Amino acid sequence: MVLLTEAEAKALLQKVLSYSKADECVVNLSGGESGNIRYARNEVSTSGSTINQNLQVQSAFGKKVGVATIDEFDDASLEKVVRRAEELAHLAPENPEYVSVLGPQQYLKSTGFFESTAKITPATRAEAIAKSLDVSGNQKLAAAGFLEDYRGYSAMMNSKGLFAYYPSTNVNFSLTVRTDDGTGSGYVTRGYSDFSKLDTSSATKIAVEKCLGSVGARALEPGKYTVILEPTAGVVLLENIFFGMDARSADEGRSFLSKPGGKTKLGEKIVDERVTIFSDPTNPELPASPWAGDGQPREKINWIEKGVVKNMAYSRFWAQKKGVKPVPFPSNVIMAGGTASLDDMIKSTQRGILVTKLWYIRTVDPQTLLLTGLTRDGTFYIENGKIKHPIKNFRFNESPVIMLNNLEALGKPERVVSTESNSNYLIPPMKIREFTFSSLSDAV
Amino acid sequence: MRRRDFIQLSGLGMSALMGSSIPVLGSTVPLSQLLEPRADAAAKKKLADVALNAARSKGATYADVRIGRYLQQFLFTREMKVQNITNAESYGVGIRVIANGTWGFSATSDVRPEAIAKCAETAVAIAKANSKLQKEPVDLAPQKGVGDVSWKTPLKKNAFEVPVQEKIDLLMKVNGEAMKNGAGFVTSNLFFINEQKYFASTDGSYIDQDVHRIWPTFTVTAVDRQAGKFKTRDALSSPMGMGYEYLDGSAADKIPGPNGLISYRNSYDMVEDATVAARQAKEKLTAKSIQSGKYDLVLDPNHLGLTIHESVGHATELDRVLGYEANYAGTSFATLDKWKSKNFQYGSKLVNIVADKTQPHTLGTVGYDDEGVPGKEWDLIKDGILVNYQAIRDQVKMLGGTESNGCCYADNWDSIQFQRMPNVSLKPSAEKRSVSDMIKGVDKGIYIMGRGSYSIDQQRYNFQFGGQLFYEIKNGQIVGMLDDVAYQSNTQEFWNSCVQLCDKDDYRTFGSFFDGKGQPSQVSAVSHGCPTTRFNGVNVINTGRKI
Repeated sequence: MVLLTEAEAKALLQKVLSYSKADECVVNLSGGESGNIRYARNEVSTSGSTINQNLQVQSAFGKKVGVATIDEFDDASLEKVVRRAEELAHLAPENPEYVSVLGPQQYLKSTGFFESTAKITPATRAEAIAKSLDVSGNQKLAAAGFLEDYRGYSAMMNSKGLFAYYPSTNVNFSLTVRTDDGTGSGYVTRGYSDFSKLDTSSATKIAVEKCLGSVGARALEPGKYTVILEPTAGVVLLENIFFGMDARSADEGRSFLSKPGGKTKLGEKIVDERVTIFSDPTNPELPASPWAGDGQPREKINWIEKGVVKNMAYSRFWAQKKGVKPVPFPSNVIMAGGTASLDDMIKSTQRGILVTKLWYIRTVDPQTLLLTGLTRDGTFYIENGKIKHPIKNFRFNESPVIMLNNLEALGKPERVVSTESNSNYLIPPMKIREFTFSSLSDAV
Repeated sequence: MRRRDFIQLSGLGMSALMGSSIPVLGSTVPLSQLLEPRADAAAKKKLADVALNAARSKGATYADVRIGRYLQQFLFTREMKVQNITNAESYGVGIRVIANGTWGFSATSDVRPEAIAKCAETAVAIAKANSKLQKEPVDLAPQKGVGDVSWKTPLKKNAFEVPVQEKIDLLMKVNGEAMKNGAGFVTSNLFFINEQKYFASTDGSYIDQDVHRIWPTFTVTAVDRQAGKFKTRDALSSPMGMGYEYLDGSAADKIPGPNGLISYRNSYDMVEDATVAARQAKEKLTAKSIQSGKYDLVLDPNHLGLTIHESVGHATELDRVLGYEANYAGTSFATLDKWKSKNFQYGSKLVNIVADKTQPHTLGTVGYDDEGVPGKEWDLIKDGILVNYQAIRDQVKMLGGTESNGCCYADNWDSIQFQRMPNVSLKPSAEKRSVSDMIKGVDKGIYIMGRGSYSIDQQRYNFQFGGQLFYEIKNGQIVGMLDDVAYQSNTQEFWNSCVQLCDKDDYRTFGSFFDGKGQPSQVSAVSHGCPTTRFNGVNVINTGRKI
């Protein structure tokens, strides 16, 4: 019984809290099953599944806090974990950053659990992979891919009567197709909450097309180019902005959102006015938990609105210290876009480069969010509105903040999986001018 | 049941780990539980035999079983506060079999004999099911059974037995000294890992091992609020295959460098390093911005270790070469034809790179790997020529070999073991040469210490590395600190520009504690030894930008 219903979770949490003798107690509960199948060189290499349930108790006496976890849910274990959290709290020094737990909250409705994903079996996974191998099979190509799915829930309750429950499902699929002689490589990734939307066959066609299209790449001189970043490429750069929205780091002077004189960039325009980045747990394309781990409601919130920093994330402690409303880190991030398709964006490009994937992204300078990394698995030269030929991979050194100031156009947002963090986002394709490529790579 | 949590460290100002996360395996437990022994070797042997017999009786032609207890203690602090202390234990059994020529794997946390037998049967059933998709049967290199043996990391002080308060006191002292010396912020951490692994196989091996690892580290941040600038400096420690004695800070293991810089070998003085780091972070705020161009680089082992890891370590993993990691980590430029040619000049003639599972104090060293092969040492690059790869039992025959290199590893009992990087190290020069001697010969260069930003392509050709400390060398002398430095090169070009190495007295190890590979991703820990080494005419870029 790993997947508890809302009523079952509530009953279990009430039982745990009934053992508590602390001033305040918070119990977080989660459970889920995940399964995967991996293939390489056109055959299955490994497969597996994992069952996981966990309960965490945080007990506080004044500002002395203890945390303990357990994965067995019989009565004796539940009581034991509460006692252990209380013992640890008694032993702990006072935590000056402890904030009293929240009372009951209202949450938005978000539907992130899909039966289609929840009922995936090893056979379903094998079938999905077989469909992919059917497409890449007879063409002197080597396919290597990975499919992983998850179904689970998280829930919490505290001694002030707050209760929250959120079930969700997810499936991520990724595939690299290479020519047998190693001269071409293409990639595709797909992420959905609802497995019925995953078509491994059509996804595989895209990877095959990119693989075959990338054969015979020519070298272009490194330098500044207009680029069209497919969402899979753009997201790994944008993610560094999303991760960097913490108010405390900005206030402390050690964030790209800090500025001279000890102030922050809150309220300032930092990127092109067409850029709006927001979170909305109720988005049907990217449903996400409407509450944060400490019970705070997650609402629709704009982080960057028309180029201006509208909000930063404030922990409850930091918000209290600064006298502002706390803002939890989001459970999803969406970048607004336009209506243009990728094809339209290519058609409107005189001279540029289509980047389909970026790889090995690392921060070079956290002050400016300068990132480095490389193009991978299909990079193409565009001339007079058409893809002319594949090009060799480049290393880039670019900051997403500078990049979003050099914005030319935004396409229609689509759901993508970050190849760096494995998280899902809604991101438009972006056309950017003067994107900095600093050297060539021989890698295919 | 399995719990695999990740402690997100992003935003904690810990640049060495920024963008990555720290995996916590198992359930958090009271400290006392980490010190209580579980089953002894005799009891584990009985359980192992249950698994092996069950697998054989269901038709397995080979089986191995790992009864693993994985302990972790992690401490996280920030300024004068303890943020988190995690004690975690994970205990269970992983069983791997070959049936119908195909691998099958299953794992369970239920260590009763009947559950283990059932788990073995499941592994066989999975192998048989997957064999329908198999094209070529697994061809396992032979390994003679070693009987009942045991191995333990040689250590003086088991870190898990050191009181938590002593560790907190150390970190508070580290943070306090850093703040006193000009740090605006400081985070410091201690990571301790103990793998108690019992391995048995149908080859007749029963191997009991007790493996320990330690990593003390910190990041200090200096902020100039008026200018709106901040700079960080990470610890110059190395993760080690040692006990708590690594933190003794013994004078004999301190290597004095040029300009009062200090390096550490097999003993680390964390308080001293934090004190120096705070001053250096402040100095970085006003350091000269580099003029891009070609420079001769003098690379300290605490920096060069990561370059070795990325450009040689990963490139010579046979599973990558063959395409098994194509969808994630990538493939490799060091293809089989280059190896077969016996004349592929990976580096200059001075470049001798060895793989090993035997160097004292290192992360990769064990008695036996996770498929029962004894630890050994072998050449990867000899006199600049690519001569071998890293291969395990089911791969080595693809190279025409008959014996595994012994570098198979799983990060937990419920993860399937696969090829992981052994220690990969650059041999020192036989000629006597110190760092000061080396710097004296450089007209226009940069001396680089510490692990900074790093990125390399999926076939390991093109890379870019930053560092923690950069010093300008002019006419044989260090003239001052530099900032905004990163170098870019191509692996083969870079290693062929290697012109000089220091001797064994300068040899030290660098380590990577949470190296990721595979889908689902597994971590492993690996060391890289080398002396300070000079590379001529490397392309250096300026990374300074304005936003």
